[in-house]
Amino acid sequence: MTDYTRYLTSQVALGKMNRREFMGRAAAFGVTLAVAGTMFDTAAKAQEPKRGGNLKLGLEGAAATDSKDPAKALSQFMFVVGRNWGDMLVESEPLTGQPVPALAESWEPSADASTWTFTIRKGVKFHDGKELTVDDVIKTLQRHTDEKSESGALGVMKSIKEIKADGDKLVLTLTEGNADLPLLLTDYHLIIQPNGGLDDPNAQIGTGPYKVTSFEAGVRATFERNKDDWRQDRGFVDTIEMIAMNDATARIAALSSGQVHYINRVDPKTVDLLKRAPTVEILSTSGRGHYVFIMHCNTAPFDNNDLRMALKYAMDRETMLEKVLGGYGKIGNDFPINETYALFPEGIEQRAYDPDKAAFHYKKSGHSGSVLLRTSDVAFPGAVDAAVLYQESAKKAGIEIEVKREPGDGYWSNVWNVQPFSTSYWGGRPTQDQMYSTAYLSTADWNDTRFLRPDFDKILLEARSELDEAKRKDMYRTMAMMVRDEGGLILPMFNDFVNACGKNVKGYVHDIGNDMSNGYVATRVWLDA
Amino acid sequence: MTGGGPAHGPELTATAAAGDSPQSAGVAGSVASTGTPAIEAAPSFWAKFSKSSPLVALIVQRFALSIGLLFAVSLMIFGGVEALPGDFATTYLGQSATPQAIENIRKDLGLDQPATTRYVQWLGGAIKGDFGKSWASRNSVSEQIGKRLGNSLFLAFFAAIISVPLAVGLGMLAVQYRNRLPDKIINVISLAAISLPEFFVGYLLILFFAVKMGIATFPATVYDSMTLGQRLSAIALPTATLVLVVLAHMMRMTRAAILNVMSSAYVETAELKGLSGLRIIARHAAPNAVAPVINVIALNLAYLVVGVVVVEVVFVYPGMGQYMVDAVTVRDMPVVQACGLIFAAFYIFLNMFADILAIVANPRLRHPR
Repeated sequence: MTDYTRYLTSQVALGKMNRREFMGRAAAFGVTLAVAGTMFDTAAKAQEPKRGGNLKLGLEGAAATDSKDPAKALSQFMFVVGRNWGDMLVESEPLTGQPVPALAESWEPSADASTWTFTIRKGVKFHDGKELTVDDVIKTLQRHTDEKSESGALGVMKSIKEIKADGDKLVLTLTEGNADLPLLLTDYHLIIQPNGGLDDPNAQIGTGPYKVTSFEAGVRATFERNKDDWRQDRGFVDTIEMIAMNDATARIAALSSGQVHYINRVDPKTVDLLKRAPTVEILSTSGRGHYVFIMHCNTAPFDNNDLRMALKYAMDRETMLEKVLGGYGKIGNDFPINETYALFPEGIEQRAYDPDKAAFHYKKSGHSGSVLLRTSDVAFPGAVDAAVLYQESAKKAGIEIEVKREPGDGYWSNVWNVQPFSTSYWGGRPTQDQMYSTAYLSTADWNDTRFLRPDFDKILLEARSELDEAKRKDMYRTMAMMVRDEGGLILPMFNDFVNACGKNVKGYVHDIGNDMSNGYVATRVWLDA
Repeated sequence: MTGGGPAHGPELTATAAAGDSPQSAGVAGSVASTGTPAIEAAPSFWAKFSKSSPLVALIVQRFALSIGLLFAVSLMIFGGVEALPGDFATTYLGQSATPQAIENIRKDLGLDQPATTRYVQWLGGAIKGDFGKSWASRNSVSEQIGKRLGNSLFLAFFAAIISVPLAVGLGMLAVQYRNRLPDKIINVISLAAISLPEFFVGYLLILFFAVKMGIATFPATVYDSMTLGQRLSAIALPTATLVLVVLAHMMRMTRAAILNVMSSAYVETAELKGLSGLRIIARHAAPNAVAPVINVIALNLAYLVVGVVVVEVVFVYPGMGQYMVDAVTVRDMPVVQACGLIFAAFYIFLNMFADILAIVANPRLRHPR
């Protein structure tokens, strides 16, 4: 908890968090109240969460094709729906990203971190009245790891070799040690369902703070408070109404006319206009998602590290951040980790726009002619603009980039991870290990920079089972440097999550884990009449 | 998707009809020539039947043709979706696809089988009225479409019962005051409305009536537990948008068709008899101008059902258009097929209906020479 309070106070000191948010956080998380409350005692009492009311959310990302099965949840809308009705074994602390207990009360690794024992919380009831047992947990995890599974968490669960019960405890055996296992279980697909959802994966019955009262894919979902919720520090509003709003202007109109309390995905280009509305508050949260330009390290001409370096130096990150994200983001340093991750390697020099160095490396690479960059606005919002900006900044270094706009439809299957130089987007992962294993390990399916380095793989695997944090941090530093100076990744910026709410919405938690308060927005806020 | 929607209708149906089968040429070419030379040469039951009751024969023929057309449409949709890059498994999983998950989905849905096998399987179900299950949500397609189609029809119905009488009435008014101030005002306003993209008209209405004045309901999401009153209030703004978008087309066609008739001798006679201007237009000129107007109205009605996806998105209205677009995005074939067929059926039957009405309204077309 000392870590947590230090982080909290530093956030306040940096002005990243105002007093209202601080108190909202402290009050909403009873566990931390003991520590934080002493410092903000009087104010804390004034900011008691209020119960009641109907919370309306207008969210982008729903489609008529959305499946109710949490294993198949993909859209932003279904992400929040799942968080409302279900619980995972573990949650991540909003500000530090550390694992905190949810349906698992506590856990214990073996010395080599390859066997983990979880104590399952007792007295928790599903919405249908059945009591949660270790068997439900086992069945759930099995459904997501099954060979025939279509679960979105399949990649995360690959390393689990055996799932079994030991009395009323859960024992997971891994193929190799993994110090981050609890964080992997925070994945939003891994909602614990009665009998693992084998009877009916679409039942939407879980242990969460809200029960689903109606659901129409791509249109609307409504919830009522679960009166038997096992936690008292969440679920403040009585009912929730989620409306699918895929049009950005419609969301803004709905919020500014007071028809909804909260919207997601505010276009950075219109944030300044929306700010002027007297009843609206902009919620910007730093995140781990990043906009990237990716080169295949094993494909000519990008198999030449000098050309890769030239292209990295030719990126004007400041301008890019200003123009594409309207300043709502942080500058990247060509490795996929930022300070929101635990064990972030501090003090690595920031790479800046340097046409001279770019020209130097370009000359050294011996490349001539133009470089073809494929892009589409599907890659990330403003990707085409970003590519053109990049073309301009590279031109000043004497590098000619040809921008080719690809159709958005099918971009992920035909261009990304197929063509040697393209724009893309990466969402964050709960841990550094997870991020590197997903996209930088030689054998990873999504190694979209074709970064094939046995020495890198070796350090990654060693770091995974290393329980000594100092040693581990050192390893992550080496890995970051390798990707930064030898990889095929150009990472100009990490994007902030920009959402907005009405002024009567209180207690919003800026969660570094993921967008929309890590999906928990509806369970954490309350309405001030 | 914008004002061009209705205008594309005629070409689309005309080419589809002409390209279908040889025997269609006679029917599709002109409603007046139902008896083709071949049939006349060898008088049969059908020839006698089509002589004695041409209208019924026409309807029967049209129905048979429609079935053929729908079949062709289903083949084209299937081919079109197949030709799109990526299959359901890869597009549905998008950036989060893993080879194993893709393979599992393909196996589960039978996507590993050849395209012809899959089409025949689907067709076999569709003939029996079973449109299958959505690949993405695994829910019954018919059930889901029922709801969405109901919403679309609800919106289209109210847009139609406001816009059609309004357009025809304004058209007549414009003829009565032709080239004078009322005519010009009607023209300018309706042309302005059709020239603006429909999403922009929608945004303007939202801005003024929902955000600034706060008197209209927004978003226009409708759902099961709503009362009729709530539903009507929810669709007020989208209905207004659609009326503005389709008004000009129908109004101007009414005006042009009546003006055309107004120059004929019998209208002059009516004028000389001393009838009032509006009475001439309504009683004498309009019935003879009805055929082209009905065609334009039919096309606009079809557009109100099948072409309003942009309006649906802007107003967050859960209609068929959005449903089909969602399905195409992930290549959810059963849903795309079912939506495509329903849309095609609407166009075909509304056109047929317009032709029949035109014949009923004009006895000369009933007795081909």
